Amino acid sequence: MTLIKEKTKIKEQDPKKRIKNFNEVALGYSLEDALKEASRCLQCKDSPCIKGCPVNIEISAFIKFIKEGKFDEAIKKIKEKNNLPAICGRVCPQENQCEKFCVMRKKFEPVGIGRLERFAADWEIKNGIKHPKKTKPIGKKVAVVGSGPAGLTCAGDLAKLGYEVTIFESLHKPGGVLVYGIPEYRLPKKIVEIEIDYIKKLGAEVKTDFVIGKILSIEELLEEYDAVFIGTGAGLPRFLNIPGENLNGVYSANEFLTRVNLMKAYLFPEYDTPVKKGKRVAVIGGGNTAMDSARTALRVGADKVYIVYRRSEKEMPARNEEIEHAKEEGIEFMFLTNPTEIIGDENSWVKGMKCIKMKLGEPDESGRRRPIPIPGSEFPLDVDMVIIGCGQSPNPLVPEATKGLKTAKWGNIIVDENGRTSLKKVWAGGDIASGGATVIAAMGEGKIAAADIHKFLSE
Amino acid sequence: MHRVLSKEELSESVKLFDIEAPLIAKKFKAGQFLIIKIDEKGERIPLTIVDADKENGTVKIIFQEVGKSTKQLGLLKVGETIENVIGPLGKPAEIKKFGKVVCVGGGVGIACLYPQAKAFKEAGNEVISIIGARTKELIILEEEMRNVSDRLYITTDDGSYVRKGFVSDVLKELLEKEKIDRVVTIGPAIMMMVTARVTKPYNIKTIASLNSIMVDGTGMCGACRVSVGGETKFACVDGPDFDAHLVDFKLLMERQKIYLDEERKATELFEGECE
Repeated sequence: MTLIKEKTKIKEQDPKKRIKNFNEVALGYSLEDALKEASRCLQCKDSPCIKGCPVNIEISAFIKFIKEGKFDEAIKKIKEKNNLPAICGRVCPQENQCEKFCVMRKKFEPVGIGRLERFAADWEIKNGIKHPKKTKPIGKKVAVVGSGPAGLTCAGDLAKLGYEVTIFESLHKPGGVLVYGIPEYRLPKKIVEIEIDYIKKLGAEVKTDFVIGKILSIEELLEEYDAVFIGTGAGLPRFLNIPGENLNGVYSANEFLTRVNLMKAYLFPEYDTPVKKGKRVAVIGGGNTAMDSARTALRVGADKVYIVYRRSEKEMPARNEEIEHAKEEGIEFMFLTNPTEIIGDENSWVKGMKCIKMKLGEPDESGRRRPIPIPGSEFPLDVDMVIIGCGQSPNPLVPEATKGLKTAKWGNIIVDENGRTSLKKVWAGGDIASGGATVIAAMGEGKIAAADIHKFLSE
Repeated sequence: MHRVLSKEELSESVKLFDIEAPLIAKKFKAGQFLIIKIDEKGERIPLTIVDADKENGTVKIIFQEVGKSTKQLGLLKVGETIENVIGPLGKPAEIKKFGKVVCVGGGVGIACLYPQAKAFKEAGNEVISIIGARTKELIILEEEMRNVSDRLYITTDDGSYVRKGFVSDVLKELLEKEKIDRVVTIGPAIMMMVTARVTKPYNIKTIASLNSIMVDGTGMCGACRVSVGGETKFACVDGPDFDAHLVDFKLLMERQKIYLDEERKATELFEGECE
C-alpha cells in the first residue's frame, strides 16, 4: 500500500461567495474523502495522538472503524469520551493537540483527525442519532452553572453516571460561547442545538434565563444540590483604555459577535436586534475572536476590513486555518501596528483611527517578543467602525456574589488540578478558572471536574 | 414563558404590566432591573422593576412605547406570554437612613424612582419627591409616590398640571431652604444631568440611575458602558446607580442615539404590519 503524504483536502465554499453569506465555510468530508483519510492512519499501538486530546478520545480506534466503514461504531467510540463531537470536529485546534502528536507528522502531514471526527459526527446526525438509555438515577444532584463547553461536558459525564444534573444558563439560549461567540459560518447553531439536545437526552436539564449570583446564589444551590460546578466563562470584554473608545461605532468583539450570532442581527429587521454596518472596519487583536469579528464584519456588509495587531504574524494566537481563511476573504492584516486613539466626528461617530508602528523587543512574561512603539511613526487609518477583540476576562458575576470563593489577580477562580475551588462541594473549570483558552481545553476541565465530583460524592 | 397577569394604561404610551416571575419577585431589591425578550426574534430590552409581590410571585413593570419592541410589548393581552424574563439584574440601590432624601423623577423614570422612594421611606428617611413630565397625562404613579413621600411636588413643562416648569426648579428652591442629605435622580439623561449640576454646589451626594443600551445585561458585551469619574463602567453590572456628579451625561446621551435609524426603520415596518 502506498502512503498518502498529504491530508485529504476538505471542500470549502468559494471565498468570493462565502463573504456574502453566513453558511458554513468548510463543507466536510464526503464518504470517499473519509475512507481515504482514515486509510492514512498508521494505527500506532501506543496511539500518541491520544495524549494530545484533552478528553482522551481513543483516536486510532475510531479511525479504524471509519476505515472499515463502520461509521456507527466510530461515532460510538468517540462518544464514549466526547459528547460534543460535531462541535469539536469543527472548532478544535487539532494542529496543537491530537494531530501534533500524529506519527505521520514526522515526515508528512498528520492524519486529519478533526475532519474525521466531524465526518463521523455529521454521519450520525444525518442518519439519526442513537440516544443511549438514561442511566438509572443514583439519587444525587449536581448543579452546573453555565452551559458553555465546560458546563455541557461536566453535565454530560455526570448524567451518564446517573446524577440528576441541572444546568443553569444566564442567556436565553444554552451553549455559551458556542452560540454567542463562534460565528454561524464556522459552527452552525443547528449543530450546537443538536449536541445540546444529546446532553439533555442523557438526562441533564437546562434552565435558561437563570443568572446565578443574582437569582440564586451558590450557597442556595448547595441547599438543594450535592455539588456545584461553575463554568461561567470569560465573558468580560477588555478595552484598550485609549481615547475615543466609547464613541459610537466602537464595539467590543463580544458585543458585535453577540448581536450577530446570538441575536441574529444580520437578519435585521426580521430579527429585532440591530447591528451597525461599518463600511471600513478595523478589528484590533490577533486571536480567534478578532478573526471571527473581522470575517463577520465582512459578511455583515463591510467593503474593507483590517486586522490591526501589535505584534507580527508569528505571534498571532489565532489558529492558522482562521488566519488563512481571513486572508482568502480579503481581510488586510496590519502587523506591528497599535491604535493610539479613535477619532470621532461632531456627532460622536467614529471617523478614523490613529495608529503607531511597532517593533519587537525582548520576550515578555508570555515568552513572546514585546512590541515597542516606534517614535514618530504615527499614521491615520480611514475607518468608520472599530471592533476591539483584545481578549476577555473571567466573568465576575458569580465570584463577586460568592463569599469565600478565592480568585486570582485577573478574577479567575482558583482551582486545584481536579477543579476543586476554595469552597467545599464547589468545582470550577473552563475560562472562569483558566482564563481564556479553547473550547476543548474547557471541555477537558469539565471532564476532570466531573470525575472528581463523582469521586467525592461516592466517598 | 411568563404570563401577563394584568395590564393598565397609565397614559397613551405608558403601560403597566403585572407579570409572572416568582423567583425574580423573591429576590428583587429597589434599583434592580430585568431584561425581557418577547419572542424568538425579539431583542433583549432592559426594563425597570417597579414593584414585586413575593407571595403571588409577580413583578410590576412600566414601560413607554418608543420603538418596535415596546410597541409590540404594549399589544400583549392579559394571559399572553413573554418568552424570556431575566433578572433581577444590576446592583441594588444603596438604601439606608440618610435623613432627608429628595427623589427626583421625570417621565417614565418615575417608575424606576418609585421603588427607591418606597425603600428610603421604609428605611426611616424623610422622603421628599419631585416628579415631572412634559405634560399632565405623562405624570405617572402620582398616588403611589404620594403614599411613600412626606411631601410630593409635581411639575409639567407645559403647565398643564400643578406647577409649570422643571423638576430642577423645585429642587433649587428646596436646596436654598432646607438641609438635604441625599438626592436620587431617575429620568431622561438631560434631566439627571441638570439635577447633578444643581446639587453640585451644595456638595450633596446625588445618585443617578443610568438607562443605557444593553444586550445581555450580565457584563458580557459592554454595550452599556458609561464613563464615571473618567473610568469606563458597565451600567448593567457596576450600576445602574452611579454618583451623578461623576457621570459623563453627554456620552450617555450620544450612546443612547446609536440605533435611532434602525429603531425608526423597525418601528415603521411594524406599524405598517399592524395596520
